[in-house]
Amino acid sequence: MSQDKEPRRRFLRQVLAIVPAASTLGGATTVAVSQAAMADSSEPGKARAYTPTYFTAAEWAFLNAAVDHLIPSDQYGAGALETGVPEFIDRQMETPYGAGKLWYMQGPFHPDSVPELGYQLSLVPRDIYRQGIAACNDWCSKNHGKVFAELDKAKQLDVLKMMDGGKISFETVPAKTFFNFMLGNTKEGYFADPMYGGNQKMGGWKMVGFPGARADYADWVDQYNVKYPYGPVSILGEKG
Amino acid sequence: MAIKKDKVDVVMVGLGWTGSIMGMELTEAGLSVLALERGDMRDTNTDTPYPKAVDELKYSVRGALFQDLSRETVTIRHTLSDVAVPYRQHGSFLLGDGVGGAGFHWNGMMYRNLPEELEMRTHHEQKYGKKFIPEDMTIQDHGVTYKELEPFYDFSEKVMAVSGKAGNLKGQIVPGGNPLEGERSDEFPTPPLQYQYSASLVEKAMRDVGYHPYPAPAANASQPFTNPYGVRIGPCNYCGFCENYGCYMYSKASPQTTILPVLLKRKNFEVRTKAQVIKVNLDASGKRATGVTYIDAQGREVEQPADLVLLTAFQTHNVRLLLLSGIGKPYDPVTGEGVVGKNFAYQYNGGINVVMPKGTQFNPFIGTGAGGVGMDDLNADQFDHGPLGFIGGASIRHVRYGGRPIKQAGTMPGEKVPSWGSEWKASVQDAYQRTLTIGMSGSVMAYRDCYLSLDPTYKDANGQPLLRMTLNWKENEGKMLTYIAGEMEKVGQAMNPEKVVKAVRKTGSSWDTRVYQSTHLTGGAIMGTTPKNSVVNKYLQSWDVPNVFVYGACAFPQNMGYNPTGLVTALAYHSAKAIREQYLKNPGPLVQA
Repeated sequence: MSQDKEPRRRFLRQVLAIVPAASTLGGATTVAVSQAAMADSSEPGKARAYTPTYFTAAEWAFLNAAVDHLIPSDQYGAGALETGVPEFIDRQMETPYGAGKLWYMQGPFHPDSVPELGYQLSLVPRDIYRQGIAACNDWCSKNHGKVFAELDKAKQLDVLKMMDGGKISFETVPAKTFFNFMLGNTKEGYFADPMYGGNQKMGGWKMVGFPGARADYADWVDQYNVKYPYGPVSILGEKG
Repeated sequence: MAIKKDKVDVVMVGLGWTGSIMGMELTEAGLSVLALERGDMRDTNTDTPYPKAVDELKYSVRGALFQDLSRETVTIRHTLSDVAVPYRQHGSFLLGDGVGGAGFHWNGMMYRNLPEELEMRTHHEQKYGKKFIPEDMTIQDHGVTYKELEPFYDFSEKVMAVSGKAGNLKGQIVPGGNPLEGERSDEFPTPPLQYQYSASLVEKAMRDVGYHPYPAPAANASQPFTNPYGVRIGPCNYCGFCENYGCYMYSKASPQTTILPVLLKRKNFEVRTKAQVIKVNLDASGKRATGVTYIDAQGREVEQPADLVLLTAFQTHNVRLLLLSGIGKPYDPVTGEGVVGKNFAYQYNGGINVVMPKGTQFNPFIGTGAGGVGMDDLNADQFDHGPLGFIGGASIRHVRYGGRPIKQAGTMPGEKVPSWGSEWKASVQDAYQRTLTIGMSGSVMAYRDCYLSLDPTYKDANGQPLLRMTLNWKENEGKMLTYIAGEMEKVGQAMNPEKVVKAVRKTGSSWDTRVYQSTHLTGGAIMGTTPKNSVVNKYLQSWDVPNVFVYGACAFPQNMGYNPTGLVTALAYHSAKAIREQYLKNPGPLVQA
């Protein structure tokens, strides 16, 4: 945490001026990060300071601890924490997607249908996180004496692997379903345009070598087997 | 019903490709034409200008341009004894919406048919004997030939500024094109898109192995072009944001970039958006449509009288509307009687993943929707099926669509890599620049127990029953693609790769609706030569109600390896000619049953 209070107050003022970027109907709108907020410099190797609006403090701690394992910071490039994936996920919970509005959610529900027929639970993403995090913390407390975020790294990794492998059973939401959502949203946050709160400093795009919103390669299509020399740009004009 | 509108000559349900085509043709003939579109108006400049357009999360992941499933979806089951459950999230297929429909955000793969594909039953019985087609495989002839449709494939290509190279021009095989194609009367309107590096390598390997590669025909214009309607289409810049996205370069053919700029200005044309048609209304005899009923933006029921009713919505909606309106006898898979809903088919896809040596720079983000290299040597009946024991083939193509990181940056093929953690990152980074996929788009035959009907339980936001799909993969398609993949593996090996990994589902596996495959859903209102086994005649006119015409891939008696839009648009123009030159002078059945 930064000791310097002034930048943080300035940042919070800017966060309140967030303007939605999308204009189409149909549920894909999301709360985008204002350019002013993005220009606020964070510490190197760290994401912007951010206060979640959906997740509680305890859920936020869980999320940060978990995504750090899903996409760690390493020799291959930036990780989920420094690229602001937790901020992305929190913002997504406030969108129609987060509220399950993009899905057909009329009953009756048949959650025990064969997997090939797709998602049949009555839970929306917000619920999946709320229930999943609570159930996982519960399991960790019972089996390891502490909630997930307070476990050591090795134990956290074990728990994630067990959820991924379907080896833990939760009452309220299947552990694997919760894990899959978290992993899916983590990758989305890592690779989506920075205006959604993640992929900060385009760390995700740099890891893979994707030029972002350039989307114009007429001069490059006939240049066979040469390295593309330019870094990424974002939709709102950030250059990486 | 409180509201009744003034009668129009023609009312159309849905303003996508077929609605736009029929709208042009019939307004030209002087008729008053009204399109009722369930969704919103959609326009490149308003909805998808650069750079807003190139947003992978919004369009590919959250599906901003797709149908809002929360209001209306379909239900799916694998067999007759299963309970169908709702398709709650977009996965296997991506339903379009709004003006332009899926034509606004498709890839632009624009194929004609191989001639035998329009006469599947006759051709196979004559060549391989009557016993060759299994009894439960209910494939049929279309009732129209390639030769009859040729001028209409040709016109469609010109409207769309399709890029490509002719291989069979007026009976002469011409180098640089597809030597196996049906005879063409004219060259493509624009030359082929440039091959990306990966396509150049695949092209050479296909040739080396002895196949006949050709530039894949693409409704992504390679250069500026003015189409027959006077609409100007722009050049593709290989942006890598084609399918799922509106084209900000105006080079992907869509109703918006090819037809609507002219059609929307015509005085005898009107479109009402947020107008969801719920029924085609029939007179007391049940043999004549009087118009349609729709729910308007406010939720009110409105009656729209018309002399001609055209169903120009997507395949699923057209079939559902026929069922809801009581037009034609619903198909019963147990007795085999009835026709509406019969012969529902799909697309059976697989891929050959090729990994080239480290250091290769494919720059996968250089992408188009449909540009690349294709071959038809293993498509339809272009090879001897006698000893093989299956029917059908695949349209094979390597097209580089883009390198969009959320959905297109995968781990190294053929390796058991964790889907998260440092190993995942390493694998994605390793694979990104040096992998390519040769796609195999396999045909799907029609089967007795694969059909469409109304769901008994689930409803849409208006309280109407959803359409129910009953379909699963059959052994025929499994054998077909397994064989083809074995042959195509040799092409992969001919590229001097680090390795080749086949990606073909195991024969006997169930249709997995979670994973995107294709939106080529076909059948349910099939065309044919007799009302005994089809819903519409060769002009797409309903056998039961002659002033109702039904467009789209619902007319296909079975599905081919190729993408459907070429045949869909050719059939529409073919129908339009018959309506203008015969029907309008003498309304009634165009074909004697």
